[in-house]
Amino acid sequence: MSDIVAPSTTVAGPLDVAGTLALVQEALPDAKPVSAGPTDYLEVAPDQLIEALQVLRDQGGCDLLSSITCTDYLSYQGRARAKDGPRFEVVYHLYSTAQGGDCVVLHVPVDDGESLPTATPVYPGANLQEREVWDLYGLVFDGHPNLRRILLWEGFEGHPMRKDWHEAYYEEDQKPFRSRHPRADFARSEDKVPWGKNTRYPADWDPDDWQEPVTYVPVSQDPRSRNGAGDHLSTESVVVNLGPHHPSTHGVFRMIVRIEGETVIALEPDMGYLHRNHEKIGERNTWLMNMPFTDRLDYINSMSNNWGYALAVEKLMGLEVPERAEYLRVIMAELSRIVNHLWSIGFILNDLGALQTPALYAIEEREMILDLFESVSGARMMCNYLRFGGVHRDLPAGWAERARYVVHERLPRALDQLDDLLSGNEIVNTRGRGVGYLSAEQLISLSVTGPMIRAAGVPYDIRRCEPYGVYDRFDFDIPTLPHSDVYDRYYIRLLEARESVRIVQQALAGLPEGDILAGKGGYVFRPPEGEAYGRVEGPKGELGFYLVSDGKPNPYRYHIRAPSYINLNALAPMTVGYKVADAIVILGAIDIVLGEVDR
Amino acid sequence: MFGTGLLKGLGITFKHLVDTYKDDIQSTPARYQGSDDRGKGLKVIDQPVDQEGLLTIQYPEERRLLPERFRYIPMLIWDTETDEERCTACGICAKVCPPQCIWITRATDEAGKPVTRPQDFFIDATICMSCNYCVEFCPFDAIKMDHDAELASFERFPHLVYDKGELTVPLDYYAALWPTQYAEEQERRAQEAAEARAKEEAKAARAAVKKEEEEAPAPEAKLSRAEELKQKAMERARQRREAQS
Repeated sequence: MSDIVAPSTTVAGPLDVAGTLALVQEALPDAKPVSAGPTDYLEVAPDQLIEALQVLRDQGGCDLLSSITCTDYLSYQGRARAKDGPRFEVVYHLYSTAQGGDCVVLHVPVDDGESLPTATPVYPGANLQEREVWDLYGLVFDGHPNLRRILLWEGFEGHPMRKDWHEAYYEEDQKPFRSRHPRADFARSEDKVPWGKNTRYPADWDPDDWQEPVTYVPVSQDPRSRNGAGDHLSTESVVVNLGPHHPSTHGVFRMIVRIEGETVIALEPDMGYLHRNHEKIGERNTWLMNMPFTDRLDYINSMSNNWGYALAVEKLMGLEVPERAEYLRVIMAELSRIVNHLWSIGFILNDLGALQTPALYAIEEREMILDLFESVSGARMMCNYLRFGGVHRDLPAGWAERARYVVHERLPRALDQLDDLLSGNEIVNTRGRGVGYLSAEQLISLSVTGPMIRAAGVPYDIRRCEPYGVYDRFDFDIPTLPHSDVYDRYYIRLLEARESVRIVQQALAGLPEGDILAGKGGYVFRPPEGEAYGRVEGPKGELGFYLVSDGKPNPYRYHIRAPSYINLNALAPMTVGYKVADAIVILGAIDIVLGEVDR
Repeated sequence: MFGTGLLKGLGITFKHLVDTYKDDIQSTPARYQGSDDRGKGLKVIDQPVDQEGLLTIQYPEERRLLPERFRYIPMLIWDTETDEERCTACGICAKVCPPQCIWITRATDEAGKPVTRPQDFFIDATICMSCNYCVEFCPFDAIKMDHDAELASFERFPHLVYDKGELTVPLDYYAALWPTQYAEEQERRAQEAAEARAKEEAKAARAAVKKEEEEAPAPEAKLSRAEELKQKAMERARQRREAQS
């Protein structure tokens, strides 16, 4: 099978961010360049946004709109911003998958009650993220095809990420809460209102009368839909709910599918069942307190999540990480990638109907890796191992030898066994080959990242294109596969796990001695004012943390660019036209974790 | 060829079966080397990294040997050497706690003045996220992580809101659970104590020298200096009174 692996591709020089911003400025003289801490961005008026995005896409080469988010500057306490400016700023991060390099950042100031144009005509991948901004901030994107709530339910009152919105049982804006220290008169809010409600509904909304409109499920997204065309048996399409409680959806996730016979003609993802407003909690927390919360995003890869967050905060604070800590981070993140890929391969088989047994064989080696995590960090899954400027603890005695045995003996053997068992398997081939196809251009325009685009032949990997940590010191390939179907998405994960094994082998061999934590330590951090976007190549795609600091001990804005969530942009276009049984495995091959999708 | 996938899959299952027996026979009498038989049918198993075949552990008759750093719910240390608790109710753990599940009331002495001891100490185990920050930032080594993970109870409240009595464990319990860390810590504490003692002694010595110096020259000079200041102050006070009247 290895004959279809493209050789490691080095990309054509990093994107010239300053030059690209200058291009936009040339086209739009009103755009204002701003520098906020480590980030330089352009401020663009709402009516010029589409033009700016077009310039970036067509002339600047920024083909992937990575992240859209918003900041509410209502209670900003820093000195760097004018107090009377517009209340909201919508933030766009774009980059080039062909050139690599850093992100280009645009800010669009919008006042309360104003709207801005949707980016979906230029970048269809803006779809889910604009809905999220509408849901959480209440900003209207004119022309958006489906601007409904996405993480919260239709009867929810208010837009919770606004700074003046308070949750039920609200105590204070920032932790530590004074009721715990120094007053110590804490009482559970539930006890104060034993029969009270913790939800508010809009005035005209009655939960008993309300019925979910199914009309928004499009009659057809499929250009080939032949319903009623007369050239085959005329059938009636029906709407089927897959999930939210269904083993195939990998959590509490729902696909509303319109099928004709067995063919999917339209699909609408429905999520938010696990939504806890992680970002609002993050703004209550201090900088350090957020670290264990990031474990709970993609709970299979807590080490990578920690790294993404630590990277963003280190950017803000300008912290250098000692070499030994960098190596430990690489080892942990790559082991975690192996865990993730084994897990996802096992569960693709589960979705194909090979229930449980192959999945358990695939995750057998995961046990050994989790034991390693547990003995170094104290927990198998919620590791909370990284700190700003390093890692929490050094390796215990005998750890490196055990890890060496795992990556030299066990993992290569286990991956070979999986390859031997699955890659030639007739069921995996017939159910996987040619199923769920989407071209590389479509995937990129839908903001899809990670193994999904590498299975479509795009050699974009942040470890290579904008190296962080010490990834530039290791010899590894970025495998790509050409077909962009379910089979390739399975096989790319196997290849990537092999590369990760190589990286861990090298990192263990070259592990230097020395410090593991830079900086003063302590639990109160006050990063200087500014904003930073730290991103890592998570096992599921680009995991980014967008942080705004106003120089206080709590983050002013804490946003997660969650790869599982944004990759779901491609779910409907990928599934439409295939059979309903394929919908399950296409979703499985995207590899989502609902802790990260719903946040 | 049709059917090879099936045969391969069954082959792997069969290989697992054979491996398990092979492993059993090779490592007689105990299947798991280094495992610890605690009587009453309870075995604690340290699964080796080269374990082949079946990896399953028959919980609850068999349990995994937890690594030293395993963390679950914090515990408070009762220092058996000094026979008092180490906690000083400084509140750092309550401040760093991400889900804010710790709250402490401070003890008072007979006069009602707060002292550096906790009256009570609560941890709400239902929201504790086992993040280890309280342990990491405690300056007195007073709070550590317990390994006991079997906390199931019929009622959520108040059974899982632990108070000081439920949280406190003797130092030996901690020493047995965290041997490596305990040894490092004792070394550090002994060193710190020695440094503190040395500092104290140096200070006492300095004070003694100073006292000698002060005593040696002229106690009257110092007295007269005080007298001088007193007279100056009285003079100023008189002037002020006069100015007012």
